[in-house]
Amino acid sequence: MFEWVETIFTSLPQGVQTMTFIILKIVAISLPLMLCVAYLTYAERKIIGYMQVRLGPNRVGPKGWLQPIADAVKLMFKEIIIPTGSNKYLFLIAPVLSIAPALAAWAVIPFSDGMALADINAGLLYVLAVTSVGVYGVIIAGWASNSKYALLGAMRSAAQIVAYEIAMGFALVGVLMAAGSLNLGDIVRAQSGSVIHWFWLPLFPLLIIYFIAGLAETNRAPFDVAEGESEIVAGFHVEYSGMAFAVFFLAEYANMILIAALASIMFLGGWLSPLQGILPESVLAIPVLGDVLGHGIHWLLIKLAFILFCFLWMRATFPRYRYDQIMRLGWKVFIPITIVWLLVVGLMVLGEVGPWWNAA
Amino acid sequence: MNNMMRYIKSLFLSEMRKGLGVTLRHLFVRKVTQQYPEDKTPLSNRFRGLHALRRYPNGEERCIACKLCEAVCPALAITIESEQRADGTRRTTRYDIDLTKCIFCGFCEESCPVDSIVETHIFEYHGEERGDLYMTKEKLLAVGDKYETQIAAARKQDAAYR
Repeated sequence: MFEWVETIFTSLPQGVQTMTFIILKIVAISLPLMLCVAYLTYAERKIIGYMQVRLGPNRVGPKGWLQPIADAVKLMFKEIIIPTGSNKYLFLIAPVLSIAPALAAWAVIPFSDGMALADINAGLLYVLAVTSVGVYGVIIAGWASNSKYALLGAMRSAAQIVAYEIAMGFALVGVLMAAGSLNLGDIVRAQSGSVIHWFWLPLFPLLIIYFIAGLAETNRAPFDVAEGESEIVAGFHVEYSGMAFAVFFLAEYANMILIAALASIMFLGGWLSPLQGILPESVLAIPVLGDVLGHGIHWLLIKLAFILFCFLWMRATFPRYRYDQIMRLGWKVFIPITIVWLLVVGLMVLGEVGPWWNAA
Repeated sequence: MNNMMRYIKSLFLSEMRKGLGVTLRHLFVRKVTQQYPEDKTPLSNRFRGLHALRRYPNGEERCIACKLCEAVCPALAITIESEQRADGTRRTTRYDIDLTKCIFCGFCEESCPVDSIVETHIFEYHGEERGDLYMTKEKLLAVGDKYETQIAAARKQDAAYR
C-alpha cells in the first residue's frame, strides 16, 4: 500500500533521508508537547479552582475539555498590536527567542531507554546552556516594548533568573556527581535498582532546591514578581497581544514541563518503574501487564505529571514573594545549602555509601 | 533558643508544608458553586427585581397617581403625570421608571398606599437598544399582568411579617 512512499524515500540522497527522520522526530516531540501545554493550562485552572473550592472551567465542551482549544482559537484571531514607540524587530523576535530554547532543550530529554532525539554526552550542560538563553526573550521583550511596566518586569525577571540559575546549576552538579555522567540517559541508568536507588533520597535537599529554583526560573507563583499582575500589570508582556502573547504563554508552560521532566529524570528515576526490585522477574515477563509495570515512557509521564501538579499546588498555596526576599532566598539560602550538600554528596560518593554508590 | 527554633522551622519549611496541607485538603472538599443557568439560588419573598404595576382583579389599575413613589425615589428614576378621568378618579397618564437610574432600593414599593408599584423576582432581563431599559406605564403594566400570580404569592407569603 505504501510501497510507493518507500520507493520514493529510498531514492532520496542519504542526507535528506536522515533529515526527514529528524524532522519527523522533532514533530513527534513538539506536537504532543504543545498539546500538553494547552491542557496544562486547563489542568491549572481546574486544580487551582478545586483548591479554592470552585469548579474551574466546565462550560466549553464536556466538563470544559475544549476550553484550551477555545482559548487558543481566541488568541489566534486577536490582533497583534505593536506599540508605536517600540522597536518593531526586537518586539517580534522576543517571543521567538523565548520559545525556541524552551523547545530546543527537549532534544536531549530521554523519554525511555534510548528514546531521545539527540543522545549527547553533554546533555545536562546543553540543557543548562539552552534554558539560560530563554532569559534573553524576556529582557528583549521588556526593552522593546518601550513601556515602564514591561521594562521593570524584564529587570526583575532577569535578576531573578540569574540568581536562581546558580542554585539550580549547583543542584544539577550534585546530580552529575552522583551519577558520574552528564548524559541524561546515563543519569537515569545510574538510578536503576529500586525506588530507594533513585537520587531523590541521597539528594533530597537538592531536589527541593531544584524544584523551588525551577519555580523561580519559570517565573511561576510564588516567584512571579516578573509578571506581578497586581503591581506591574503583567510585567514584560504587557504590550503583547494575540499570538505574540500566546507564544510567551507557550514558552512559560513548555519551560514548566521541561523543568518537571528534568526533575523526574534526575531525581525520580526518569522512565524507571518504581516497582523494579519489588516485583519478581516473572511478572514483568507477562506480555501486557509486564509492559505496564516495567520501565517505560509512561512512568516518566506519571512522574512529570506529579511534579507539574506540585507546581500548580504551590501556585494555589503561596502568596507572591517580595522582591528582596526572593534575592535573599536565592543568594543567601539556596546557594550555601547546595554547596554544603555538594560536599556531603562528594563524601558519600567517596565513602561508597550504599545503596547508591557501593556497587561501583 | 527561640531564634534557633525559628531557623530550623524555616529550614524544614514547616509552615510551608502546613499551608500546602490546607490547600491539598481543600482539593477534595465538596464544591458548592451554583451552576447558575441550570440551578438557581432561592430568592427571598422580598427580592427586589424588575418593577411592575399591578391591577385590581376587576382589571382597573391600582395606581392613583399619589406620586409618593416619585417623591421618595432617591435616584429620581420615576416620572409621573396624571389627570382626572371622566368618572372623577385620578389616574396616571404617564408612569415611567428609568431602570438605568434605579438603584432597586424598594422605597417606591414601600411607599405605595395601594400596592400598585412592586418589584418582582425577575432579574434576568436586558435591553438591546437605547431606551429599552426605560420602562413606560404600558411596559410596567404588561409585566404586572404577566407575573400577577407570582407577585401576589410573594406578597401573601410576606404579609405576616409586615
